[in-house]
Amino acid sequence: MSKSVGQPMNRRRLIKLGLASAAAATIAGRLYAAPAGGPRFLLVFLRGGYDSTNLLIPYSSSFYYEARPTIAIARPDPASNTGALALDANWALAPAVRESIGALYAQRQVAFIPFAGTDDVSRSHFETQDSIELGLAAGSGRDYRSGFLGRLADTLLGPAVATSAIAFTDALPLAFAGPATVPNLSLKNVGKPQFDDRQSQILSDMYAGHHLEPAVSSGLELRHEVAQEIAEDTAANRNAINTKGFELEAERMGRLMRDKYRIGFIDVGGWDTHVGEGGAQGTLANNLSNLGRGLQAFSSSLGAEWNNTVVVVVSEFGRTFRENGNRGTDHGHGTVYWVLGGSINGGSVVGAQQRLDRGSLFQDRDYPVLNDYRAVLGGLFRSMWGLSPAQTAKVFRETPPQDLKLV
Amino acid sequence: MQGNATRWRRRALTLGLVTGLALGGCASEGSRTAASLPVLHRADALWLERVTFGLDSDSVAQYRRLGRERFLEAQLDARDAVLPPPIAAEIAGLEVNRADPMTLIAAADAERKAINALPAGADREQARKALNDQGNRLAYETVRRDLLRAVYSPAQLEEQMVWFWLNHFSVFQGKGDVRWVVGDYEERAIRPHVFGSFRDLVMATLEHPAMLEYLDNSRNAAGHINENYARELMELHTLGVNGGYTQQDVQNLARVLTGVGVNAGDAPHLRPDLKALYVRRGAFEFNPARHDFSGKVLLGRPIEGKGFAEVEEAVARIVHEPACARFIARQLAMYFVADNPPPALVARMAQTFMHTDGNIAAVLRTLFLSHEVDGALGGKFKDPMRFVVSAVRFAYDGRPISNTRPMLNWLNGLGETPYGHQTPDGYSLVETNWASSGQMSRRFEIARAIGAGNAGLFDVEQAGGAPATGFPQLSNRLFYEAVEPFLAAHTKDALRRANSQQEWNTFLLSSPEFVYE
Repeated sequence: MSKSVGQPMNRRRLIKLGLASAAAATIAGRLYAAPAGGPRFLLVFLRGGYDSTNLLIPYSSSFYYEARPTIAIARPDPASNTGALALDANWALAPAVRESIGALYAQRQVAFIPFAGTDDVSRSHFETQDSIELGLAAGSGRDYRSGFLGRLADTLLGPAVATSAIAFTDALPLAFAGPATVPNLSLKNVGKPQFDDRQSQILSDMYAGHHLEPAVSSGLELRHEVAQEIAEDTAANRNAINTKGFELEAERMGRLMRDKYRIGFIDVGGWDTHVGEGGAQGTLANNLSNLGRGLQAFSSSLGAEWNNTVVVVVSEFGRTFRENGNRGTDHGHGTVYWVLGGSINGGSVVGAQQRLDRGSLFQDRDYPVLNDYRAVLGGLFRSMWGLSPAQTAKVFRETPPQDLKLV
Repeated sequence: MQGNATRWRRRALTLGLVTGLALGGCASEGSRTAASLPVLHRADALWLERVTFGLDSDSVAQYRRLGRERFLEAQLDARDAVLPPPIAAEIAGLEVNRADPMTLIAAADAERKAINALPAGADREQARKALNDQGNRLAYETVRRDLLRAVYSPAQLEEQMVWFWLNHFSVFQGKGDVRWVVGDYEERAIRPHVFGSFRDLVMATLEHPAMLEYLDNSRNAAGHINENYARELMELHTLGVNGGYTQQDVQNLARVLTGVGVNAGDAPHLRPDLKALYVRRGAFEFNPARHDFSGKVLLGRPIEGKGFAEVEEAVARIVHEPACARFIARQLAMYFVADNPPPALVARMAQTFMHTDGNIAAVLRTLFLSHEVDGALGGKFKDPMRFVVSAVRFAYDGRPISNTRPMLNWLNGLGETPYGHQTPDGYSLVETNWASSGQMSRRFEIARAIGAGNAGLFDVEQAGGAPATGFPQLSNRLFYEAVEPFLAAHTKDALRRANSQQEWNTFLLSSPEFVYE
């Protein structure tokens, strides 16, 4: 597919503009690659290994329909506007996200990367999540003090990490581990801050010189800030329809990223569908539908900044190509990543691909991995912020970036 | 009732303190404060804090009376431990004590069938809600019982081990019928084995409907393999992820486990040759008609197809692996000692595990009486459960609370909902997962809730109407004998800057000395 004329914003131009101002963003003699007006990035981690095969349906493969007698999703029907949505001659999008993600796809704001994943073949949730968040090759030793988003944030933001990166989670994810303290706060329920300035000061002073000092101070500050931000927006949106659940959370995330944060992280659980996964409707479809609506809310609450933002959705692994004995699927290997953004070259299914038939599965069970997550993300980061080879290597040291020409 | 409780409390306190004072000058005693209170040595205070869910006057008094070894032995054999009467009465009144899983699952199944037979409409929705409420009530009662025991049981090490093993063999109450049976899982699968044989503990969890349902083994049958439980049994429960097993081992263990499941109804009709191989204990069932009888290879050695005996053989083989001893020793040391426990200590615990055929009490003895433990304590960040329980123990020092909802809310807020971990790895045992900026400010807010008011801990559950009980006095005797002498200058300074007792309490419970142990 070629890009149509009159595209609202040329990503590459935008990035060059960003880079021009990057030269000025020198702090203490060191150049940081993320200028104030530069791009924003959100990583969405689907924990539990979502069944990507029922999100991006390989409908041209008759083997798909043989392997999933009860949970396969019917081939797209051009006459229907509620079934699977054909994206090209091989792939279709799950009906559950047709209205949300399908609409963004039509605007070329979404791309999918099938056969994506990691070289970790343990098929363990925890092992694989950890290895992805650390961003190191399997078996290369583990340093739990350094996650790849932590290294990216350090490269891009330097001392500004504490005010420009954020995890929208109750706990700080391993991906953000690093020397700097990245603040975290879940936006599911946000109440009034409990401490006034004097009390906050005393609490911070109590930790002076302690290794938790930065966490203590930034946590107290962030609570004040977010409460203020949400109070302002709630006042402004008095008459708007109330959203809830992940949609509300994602909408708040969008507002905070629009106003302040450049690198964000959120995780979403509940994808481990060993039993009763469902097809066009059911457990997985409900989860996907919530996720799709949330991402749509995130994109609209960013406003014009959506054109300056890239979201990547990943999961630790895909699931078995064949359904199991319980109308579910077990732990697999390759998965499908999503890339979203207001001005990406979307509307396409990209990266290395292969035909799906009986003989082409990895270990006769799963999708193979043809697009390594470090190469994919490294390539995106390089294009988004114009990183040098040395900077990219700092984030993912073993894997050269792969340019999928999405930004 | 209330009068009895107060009298009981006062007597216990007096006894404890009198004993403590009478033994002035014994090994566990340090300098005296101006008030002439005997002060614990720092090492003893830290050790006691780790064996218990947190200091209270009773535990300090008992420690002074018994010394370290005898205190530990009393904790390891806590059969005679008696709960304070009002707490015992409270627990005895819970519905969750009375029903067995078989009855509960059968009743829930029957009710579900009845509901599905109803015509769609308000009646059906109401019946569905009633069933759902029952499940939630049973799960909450389980949590309530756990929390009351954690705060008030004199068998503090047992309660911590119950928490540790529940977390190690974690189940999620939100899946299937698990809510109905978590109470029994805790009481009859975990609790009897917390100090016993590790193999028995694994088998007890393996035979429990909560685990079989949670990790889907109840659906694992010949020709319909589900390898979920088989994988976690090796990865999370016994060998650890680098424990030397392969994907092939996972698949073969899954085949060994075929037919192991749950049945709350009648026994199935079986071919005569299979009848002798049928196993049934309550709602646990081994159904040979669902079992894969072909030969398997597990961890490099064959297992002959012979029914449930394969499962026993496989578990015995797995728990005898040196990797299992190392894994369990390290998990225990991480929980009790430090995020990176001294390797020599872990190695000795693993040796004890191997020499005693996996005797958990023996492994704990090696841990708590080791020479490494004194040097290693003090830097362990309390996970939310320990933080919340230790704060309530310290603030109310044995005084019975009536409402555990606030404690549950705090655990929810800090991300450690009991029976609420969706994935089977359980909650993290290390600081990095609990001490982020967002979690630190939450923790301070909970410190404030406890320090600045009664936090709803004395509201009558379900009835409403809060008695005015004010806030606790944390600058008490216990503080001066076991906490104050070890406070850092920054903390003392913060306490001096407090404008009120409530603020003082809040700062103390927020201090590094209180969030670490």
